[in-house]
Amino acid sequence: MNLSRAARWVLRGATWLGLAFLYTPLIVVAVLSFNTATSLSWPPKGLTLDWWRKAWKVDGPSDALVNSLQVAVVATIIALLLGTLAAFAMQRFTFFGRSSLSFLLVLPIALPGIVTAVALQNSFSRTIDLGLFEFRIGFGFHSLVIAHATFCVVVAYNNVIARLRRSSANLLEASADLGAHASQTFRLVTFPLVRSALLAGGILAFALSFDEIIVTTFTAGSGFETLPQWIFANISRPNNVPLVNVMATFVMLVSIPLAWMAQRLSDGDGIGTGR
Amino acid sequence: MGESTITGARIRPAVQLVGLRKVFGTAANEVVAVDDVHLEIGEGEFFSLLGPSGSGKTTVLRMIAGFELPSAGAILLEGQDVTRLAPYDRDVNTVFQDYALFPHLSVHENVEYGLKVKGVKKTERRRRAGEMLESVRLAQLGSRRPSQLSGGQRQRVALARALVNQPKVLLLDEPLGALDLKLREELQVELKQVQREVGITFVFVTHDQGEALSMSNRIAVFNHGRIEQVGSPRDIYDHPSTSFVAGFVGTSNLLNAALSHRLFGVDAVHSLRPERIRLVHAEVADGETCVSGTVTDIQYLGADCRLRVTLDNVDGTTSGDRMLATVASDGLVGVALGGPVRLAWPRFAAYTVSSTDPTTDQTTDPMRVDFTGGTPP
Repeated sequence: MNLSRAARWVLRGATWLGLAFLYTPLIVVAVLSFNTATSLSWPPKGLTLDWWRKAWKVDGPSDALVNSLQVAVVATIIALLLGTLAAFAMQRFTFFGRSSLSFLLVLPIALPGIVTAVALQNSFSRTIDLGLFEFRIGFGFHSLVIAHATFCVVVAYNNVIARLRRSSANLLEASADLGAHASQTFRLVTFPLVRSALLAGGILAFALSFDEIIVTTFTAGSGFETLPQWIFANISRPNNVPLVNVMATFVMLVSIPLAWMAQRLSDGDGIGTGR
Repeated sequence: MGESTITGARIRPAVQLVGLRKVFGTAANEVVAVDDVHLEIGEGEFFSLLGPSGSGKTTVLRMIAGFELPSAGAILLEGQDVTRLAPYDRDVNTVFQDYALFPHLSVHENVEYGLKVKGVKKTERRRRAGEMLESVRLAQLGSRRPSQLSGGQRQRVALARALVNQPKVLLLDEPLGALDLKLREELQVELKQVQREVGITFVFVTHDQGEALSMSNRIAVFNHGRIEQVGSPRDIYDHPSTSFVAGFVGTSNLLNAALSHRLFGVDAVHSLRPERIRLVHAEVADGETCVSGTVTDIQYLGADCRLRVTLDNVDGTTSGDRMLATVASDGLVGVALGGPVRLAWPRFAAYTVSSTDPTTDQTTDPMRVDFTGGTPP
């Protein structure tokens, strides 16, 4: 496309402006986490590592971080297992209600979080009477894991089924044709083909769970706090604002390589296309 | 039928199909894909399964490979019944239409795959895969991924990946279908060469009659799940036994019973190749059949021309019968569109064929020029 000099400069300017709009707030938070002042004043008065040291010493933020990580890891593992199994079943078999089931599987991610939250809160708090015995799920680590897994399954499922659809169905036949038994075919063909999709799906699921706050607020119960909840609760306490900045920056630093990896993995690198 | 004069290699059959039948779908809505197929394919033969799409040829191939279980009948490999064996327990390998190369493995690893899963030692399989790649002229591309290769190169990798296992029979499912014409012709020659070198039985599925004629020792022509004819390319071309074969393999004039009766005094459908017809400028030779008619179309093809002619009745009026004649372009003196023309052919050039429902056959191949005569059914 041919653009005039002026047009090129305008577009270039607009691009940088857009990027600045997206990233300036992140940079501000990162810089403020080293600010000597407690207030959110700009420019920073001086630089210090005190807040970073303190963040790990006090109980609140580090506990919340560990809680968030645990929930995210367990929810991701469950999601990967269920999502992968569902994807394989949907890809391999045709059965009555297949497309409806496929829709039901991805619906949770499209539903407003608040709807899911209310629904789950309701179910978890209720005592369910099955005649022979009754039970109540209640709140805590386990209820959070269940709640997060509901929408994490979707990303795992979507990633794996997309990879399976792009792969030639003949690959499994080719493997058997060349003498491989079912277990060999899984180890040498099927798994390597979906491996990167699994990893990408896993990272996305983890990220989804890690920063979730709406469903979390409704399903965590009182005794359990995740990092997003802690941040939300402390952003209004002037004394703790620097700690909030530290946690936000920390999460950002951890997320960047993960996001980069997830993107690399889901991009076509020739794998899975079959042609 | 069945006698191969070209190979001379038919010591014992490599593949035997006995009463093979395959039905898809539910009991209420069944589709018979393959019906009552009997076939013997000799060791070292280049055998083609030819037919239009949906004629059952690929299903037969998939049953030999073990991807489909026959509904009835048996498959024997070198005399051993393999009907119920899994694909990985059969000594056959397949070259798939879309090649089905493993995208996450390099070319070399693709070729090694069969040896690897059978537990061949690393150094040994490296060497054999290397040699195989050498023989398909891809030795220097071994470290590439399939996605980095051209269509022709992928095709050769697929061939190498199958042949490195030294199967008893190599199955090829339209392996040249995805390639352009020029490359196709090149690979046809190459494939034939490879087959002669390795001496492995090739079972080659194609819908391209030219490909089947030029490469095969023998051909089985499929239509509606059944074999219409088995024979050498020459047999099939010169002596088509049914009107379907006559029309599908090459181009044929199918002269209906009424016209045949008028011309030869025989009440049966005859097949006549357009290139056996000549233009008559002066005298009709002995033993020739001669007709006159009106030229309705002249198609210039370079060395040859294709004439469409509507035949005259004995009394000079125009009959509905049409005929296609392929004649040398430089012999086309005095022939004009809409003008009269006289055609003749040696009497033995027209063959009786059994009619296999030409009304349904007509739809099977859009490329085919069909002249079954003008009499309404």
